[in-house]
Amino acid sequence: MVGQRGWRRWAVIVLFLGPSLVPLLLFTLGPMAASVGLSFLKWDLLRPPQLVGFANFTNVLVDPDFQAAVGHTLFFIVGYLPLVYVGGLLLALALNQRLRGLSFFRAAYFLPVVTSWVVVALMWKWLLNPDSGMVNFALGLVGIKGPGWWTDPGWAMPSIILASAWKDLGFVMVILLAGLQSVPEDYYEAASVDGAGRWARFRHITLPLLTPSSFFVLVISLINSFQVFDQVWVMTGGGPAGSSSVVVEQIVRHAFSYQQMGYASAMSWLLFAVILVVTVFQFRLQRRWVNYA
Amino acid sequence: MRSRGVPLAAPPSGIHAAGRWSAWRRTAPQAVLYVALIAVAIVMLFPFVWMVSTSLTSDAQLFVTPPQLIPSPFVPDNYTRVADAFPLGAFLRNSLIVAAFSTTLQVATSAMAAYAFARLQFRGRDALFLVYLATLMVPLQVIVVPLFIEMRFMNLVNSYPGLILPSIASAFGTFLMRQAFLSLPRELEEAAFIDGASHWTVFRRIVLPLSGPALATFGIFAFMASWNSFLWPLIVTSSQDLMTLPVGLSNLHGRYATAWNLVMAGSTISVIPIVLVYLVAQRHVVRGVALSGLKG
Repeated sequence: MVGQRGWRRWAVIVLFLGPSLVPLLLFTLGPMAASVGLSFLKWDLLRPPQLVGFANFTNVLVDPDFQAAVGHTLFFIVGYLPLVYVGGLLLALALNQRLRGLSFFRAAYFLPVVTSWVVVALMWKWLLNPDSGMVNFALGLVGIKGPGWWTDPGWAMPSIILASAWKDLGFVMVILLAGLQSVPEDYYEAASVDGAGRWARFRHITLPLLTPSSFFVLVISLINSFQVFDQVWVMTGGGPAGSSSVVVEQIVRHAFSYQQMGYASAMSWLLFAVILVVTVFQFRLQRRWVNYA
Repeated sequence: MRSRGVPLAAPPSGIHAAGRWSAWRRTAPQAVLYVALIAVAIVMLFPFVWMVSTSLTSDAQLFVTPPQLIPSPFVPDNYTRVADAFPLGAFLRNSLIVAAFSTTLQVATSAMAAYAFARLQFRGRDALFLVYLATLMVPLQVIVVPLFIEMRFMNLVNSYPGLILPSIASAFGTFLMRQAFLSLPRELEEAAFIDGASHWTVFRRIVLPLSGPALATFGIFAFMASWNSFLWPLIVTSSQDLMTLPVGLSNLHGRYATAWNLVMAGSTISVIPIVLVYLVAQRHVVRGVALSGLKG
C-alpha cells in the first residue's frame, strides 16, 4: 500500500514536472505521433480523411516540384555552407588576438544574428533591388553591371545565399572563437621553439584543435540549411518561376494553400529522415577528422 | 589572420633605417588587419544604417540615382504613414504579448522541470530526460501540420493561446537549467530540508536565486526566439489584428511591394527592441545563441 508519504512524493514530482511535460506531450510529442498517421491519409480538413497507404510518399518522390525544391535546397547548402564557414573562420582568427576595439568588432559582427529573418530578408531585398538597389549602384561605380538578383531566376538563390551568409557569419565566428580560445598558448610556444612558422602552426595546431567546434558548426548549420524557409518566403516566395522554391516552402504550400495535409506530412517526414541520416552520417564520419584532445 | 607585409622596395641598409624597417614590419600587417576588420564592420552595419535612412526618405527620392545616404527631405512622417496604413501598433502589441507570455512560461516550466530532473528521485527519470532531449531533434516543420490541425480542433486558430501554447515549455530550457542546478552546492538545500523546508521552498528560496545568470541567459534567448519567430505565427494567424511583427511586416511588403520607405520604417520599429536587448545583455545573448545553435 502506498502510504501518505508516497502519495505526497508523487504529488511533488507532478507539481514540478507537469507544467512542462503536459505541453510537451500536447504540442510536440503528440503532433509528432499524429504526423506519422497523417502522412498515410488524404485529407483536406473538409471532407473525411481517406486512408491511402504509402501513396503520399510515392507521389511526393516523383513530384517534379518537390524534386526541384530538393535541388534548390541542396544548391542553397552547397553555396551557403562554405561561405559561412570560411568567412566565420577568418573573422574568428582575426578577432582571436589582442586588438583595440575588439568588443566593438565582435558586437558589430554578431548584430545580424539577433535580427529576425524577416527583417534581414527585407533589408537585402531592398539592397539587392536590380534598378535602384545600393549593391548594384556600388557595383556600377566600379564599372560592373549588377545582375537582376531576386528578379532573375538564375540569381534568386544566390541572392538568398548572400543574405543568409551575411546573417549567420557572426554565429559561426562566435562558436569558432570559443574553440580558438581554448587552444593552450603553450602549444604555440613549443612549436615556435621548434621552428614552426605561422602557417605550420595554423595548419598543425589551430586547425586540428578547432575540429570539435567546426564539427558543431557544420552539424548545426547543415540541419538549419535543410530547413531554410523564412528568408526564401520573404525574398522570393520561391520564385521567380519556382527558381528558388525549397522543401519547407513546398510543405507550407501543400498544407496551407492546397489543403493537402497528408501529402505535406509525408514531405515533412522525408525531410526529417534526410536530416536524421545526414546527421548520423556526420557523427559517423567525425572519427575520421574530429580531434578531441 | 595576419598577413606578412610585402616590401615594395628592398629595405635600405644602415642601423637607423633597419630599425625603422622592423617597426614598419611590425605595424604594417596590423594596419592591414584593421582596414579589413573595419571593412567587414561596414558590411555588417551598413544594411542597418540603410534601413533607417530609407525609412526617412520621401516617396519621390526613393528610386533616385545616386541613392541618398542622408535623406533630404527628411520624412519622419513615414512612421505615422505606415502606422495608418497598417496596424503596426497591433503587431507590436501582439509580438510583446506573445513574447512576454511565452518567455515567462518557458522559464518557469523549464526551471521547474529542471529541478525535478536535477533534485528529485523517481523511477524513469533518466529515460524521461532522454525523451526531452530527443524532442530537440525534431524540427518544427515535422509537427507544424498536425499542430495546426490540433489548434483548429481546439478552435484556437487566430487567437493568442494559439500563438503562445506551442511555446510554453522548452526542452532546451530544461536542459540548460538542469545543467545550472547540477552545478549548485547541495549543503544549503540540505540545511533547509533539516529545518523542515519543502521542495517548493527550496526551489523558490535557494535554487532559483542562485541560478540568476542561467535564468537570464535562457530568458533572453526565449524572448529573442519568440520575437523573431515566423513560421508558426504565419500559419496560425490570418486575421491582421493578431499578427506578430515579422508576419505583419511580410504582409506589409506583400501589399506595398515598392513602398520601401514604409517597409523599412516597419522593419526599424521591429528591430529596435531586439537591438536594445542585445546592447544591454550582450553576454547572455551571445551565450544563449551559441549554446542552442538556434539561429534567430
